[in-house]
Amino acid sequence: MSVRDLCGEAVAGVATRPSRLALTTLGTVLGIAALVATLGLGQTAAGQISERFDAVAATRVVIEPAEREGPDGQVDATELPWDAPERLGRLAGVDSAGTYAAVDVGGASVVGLPVTAATGTLENVVPVAAASPGLFAAVGASLRTGRLYDSGHDERADRVVVLGKYAAERLGVNRVDSQPSVFIGNRAFTVVGIIDSVDHRSGILDAVVMPMGTARETYGLEAPEAVEIRTALGAAQQVGGQARLAVSPNDPDLLAADVPPPPGSLGDNVSADVNGLFLALGGLSLLVGGLGIANVTLLSVMERVSEIGLRRAVGAGRTHVAGQFLVESGLVGLIGGLIGAAAGVLTTVGVSVVRDWTPLLDTRLAVAAPLLGAVIGLVAGTYPAWRASTIEPIAALRSG
Amino acid sequence: MTPVVEMDGIGRTFTGPPPVEAIRTVDLTLEQGEYLSIVGPSGSGKSTLLHLLGLLDRPTGGVYRLDGIDVRTLSERRRTRLRGERIGFVFQAFHLLPRRTVLENVELAMMYLRVPRRERTARARATIDRVGLAHRCDFDPLTLSGGERQRVAVARALTSEPSLLLADEPTGNLDSENAASVLDLFDELHAEGLTLAVITHDDAVSRRAQRRVRIVDGVLA
Ligand SMILES: Nc1ncnc2c1ncn2[C@@H]1O[C@H](COP(=O)(O)OP(=O)(O)OP(=O)(O)O)[C@@H](O)[C@H]1O
Ligand SMILES: [Mg+2]
Repeated sequence: MSVRDLCGEAVAGVATRPSRLALTTLGTVLGIAALVATLGLGQTAAGQISERFDAVAATRVVIEPAEREGPDGQVDATELPWDAPERLGRLAGVDSAGTYAAVDVGGASVVGLPVTAATGTLENVVPVAAASPGLFAAVGASLRTGRLYDSGHDERADRVVVLGKYAAERLGVNRVDSQPSVFIGNRAFTVVGIIDSVDHRSGILDAVVMPMGTARETYGLEAPEAVEIRTALGAAQQVGGQARLAVSPNDPDLLAADVPPPPGSLGDNVSADVNGLFLALGGLSLLVGGLGIANVTLLSVMERVSEIGLRRAVGAGRTHVAGQFLVESGLVGLIGGLIGAAAGVLTTVGVSVVRDWTPLLDTRLAVAAPLLGAVIGLVAGTYPAWRASTIEPIAALRSG
Repeated sequence: MTPVVEMDGIGRTFTGPPPVEAIRTVDLTLEQGEYLSIVGPSGSGKSTLLHLLGLLDRPTGGVYRLDGIDVRTLSERRRTRLRGERIGFVFQAFHLLPRRTVLENVELAMMYLRVPRRERTARARATIDRVGLAHRCDFDPLTLSGGERQRVAVARALTSEPSLLLADEPTGNLDSENAASVLDLFDELHAEGLTLAVITHDDAVSRRAQRRVRIVDGVLA
């Protein structure tokens, strides 16, 4: 008997009992679907996290002064140097860097224009901050209108400001082409641009931001509060390690560098617990599915005793009979695996659509899942197949 | 010419408890082209003898030569092969596979004999034609009459061109009209030179054979 004939007989054996097939495959379908969906959703979720993470978080390093308690009980502290951005600019992997500080304006109020005598001024508690020109690139700021100030403004301590979009709303400024001014106390500052969005330090959107040089000269700012660094993709770890030394060669320990966790470690443990549970459930239903196939195949063997007897009478050996039932149960497992894999993929895609994710699925999984079903079917079929092969033809023919 | 069947002191005892001596001692010779009927009451050992003749069962004593081959010493595998090649079976209960076509049922035996696909189909069609059912090739056996079903079973038995056709109560499930159609077919096959052994408890059936033997309590009379 050829392999093709064996498969043909097995296919016929399964195909002539469709309702039984549906029942038999149910457990395998559920098990495989659970496995594929769990792994698929796990991959998809991890993919979403790392996508966001790569693009934004994974390229941000922040340096701030830290405190250290010395051996004799006194607290050491350090200040960030004004030229930190220039020092960092020399490091490989740094795309942009800038300093940032809140500015104490001594209680002066921030007032927007136009000031109309009749209604008085529009007074608001608007925070004031200072930033070096490079900070805007480092926090990924995008302009709504106008432009940013540059290093020339910074060096000359020009009285120019950039407004965050909320600050602009509150101060009644929406265009900059007429060079409007805002007043801080009684000092006028020219608004050169309005910022629409930032990736980090969203406080900037609420603030009036002036160059570091201006804040230093006008308000006596003592030192930057923080340095924002944007690194090349994948360089954050390395830059984080070198940045403190670059900024403060004498006392790098007195600085704190905030570095994103290495890629992967975040995505991996996000839903590990949930995954474990679903994988366990999937495995359990596969076990139940396998037992189901074994059970129904055994039932089928008992039901088809006279068929077995006839096949033996016309020249089938024990191995032919065993082979047929083995291939039949393997086929049932394969069909269950195919349906289950399809259901699992659909579930992954469906959940992704609802969550607005990009579905990610290893194609190897889609191939391996039906094969796993077939293997389960084969394993489940071994005992029934062996039982079938031990049936004596005379006993089998008598029962017909 | 070598006889198709040579049985010498064949016995078959089923180990109990209690042990049953279904066949005591049977000496039987069947020449090529003979049409033999074996009659006997229920429980006399007819089916047991047929199983022994058809290599479905092993005797507990005696010598059996099929086509001159001593089958006592053959391995299980060789016996199975010899059975497929040289014996054709027709059973009372037809034993056709349901939801498979008549053609597929008739091709079945040749599959285990490794007859190539094309030849298998050609031979099956020719044999189905021979038993007068060419127009039923693609039917499900469940839709056929009893007589037609039994003729399909005969066709299946004939495809391997056996040395011996064994039939156990071939008309047991048939009305007289259908029974007649099957017995007529046997007459024709006999006329063509086929060796047949038909087992029955029905005298009318056994009278159609060229030679009759009676079995009572496991002994030929
Ligand atoms: N496997 C077995 N184990 C024990 N006893 C058996 C076995 N097979 C048959 N027998 C016994 O052997 C005897 C002959 O049985 P057999 O089936 O050959 O009778 P038969 O002539 O075919 O009867 P019937 O006309 O009813 O079919 C019976 O007494 C039966 O009970
Ligand atoms: Mg009988």
